[in-house]
Amino acid sequence: MDNHSEAQGLPPGTNEESGASLRSYLIGFGIAIVLTLASFWVSSTNTIYAPGVPILLGVLAIAQMGIHLVFFLHISSAPDQTNNFLALAFGVFITALIVFGSMIIMADLNHQMMPMDKLMDMQR
Amino acid sequence: MTDANTNFLDSDTVPLSLHGPAPDRVVVGYGFWLFLLSDILIFASLFAAYAVLSGETAGGPNGAMLFDKKHVFVETACLLTSSFTCGLGALAVRQFRITGVYVWMIVTLFLGLTFLTLEITEFDSMIVAGNGPSRSAFLSAFFALVGTHGIHVAAGLFWLIIMVLQIMTLGLTPMVRRRLFCLGLFWHALDIVWVGVITIVYLGAH
Repeated sequence: MDNHSEAQGLPPGTNEESGASLRSYLIGFGIAIVLTLASFWVSSTNTIYAPGVPILLGVLAIAQMGIHLVFFLHISSAPDQTNNFLALAFGVFITALIVFGSMIIMADLNHQMMPMDKLMDMQR
Repeated sequence: MTDANTNFLDSDTVPLSLHGPAPDRVVVGYGFWLFLLSDILIFASLFAAYAVLSGETAGGPNGAMLFDKKHVFVETACLLTSSFTCGLGALAVRQFRITGVYVWMIVTLFLGLTFLTLEITEFDSMIVAGNGPSRSAFLSAFFALVGTHGIHVAAGLFWLIIMVLQIMTLGLTPMVRRRLFCLGLFWHALDIVWVGVITIVYLGAH
């Protein structure tokens, strides 16, 4: 490995992909399988109180995404990852703003709008 | 490389700003990561559109009538396993095990193709049954969101084939390894988007 990194002109001591190992992929894959099976089970079972199902699915999905980020994409809070981490935080913020903002605004507009049949009557 | 150098660079007493220029793979990784996040914003917009329109079926079928959970489960299994085999491929690249690189890349390719075939079959059966994207706002949003993900998977597979050819012709040069690293990030990011798709579109269908 050392002669390869020197051939590229990399600064010495630059290890490739710190954190990536067979162990981390196996752990990530294992947890991801469990979470996926749990999601499918939750969505098709009657055991769980029905209004709680979407919340549980959301929690499982967020956990699943976190597992992917940590064990597959190897995002961490290590010093050389600070930029990646900040970019991720910004991305999550904007994503949440777009999705939940749209949902709130459209639900509110829906609520304020005159029912369609009355609107039709007015236009007659 | 001497141990003294390693210790100097890894030591916490030296601020990151004094470590000198970041190595290429860190810079390339960061740039590609920014691209992936902007790509995820595209998906965020499509998710927002789907969330707003999922109830507007215009008298047509809703998600619960159209989606087959078993079918989706097989698709998910393919994509999740392909993410894992892609990671094993990245490990093989790191350790310069060329046979391992080929094996895991071809397994990833096969799983990705299976996923894509299943998705196209699903779209085809829906369109043949008259439930294409023009049927209702719900179906427009569905095809836009899931279709965009499918196009990304197809682009990823195309890229994967090109990378196999580049390894065959160029070998595992630093440049090829950086490209493989970016391809791995892309593939894992697609899996993250798919987690959102199955949760909101398929499992959340009512």
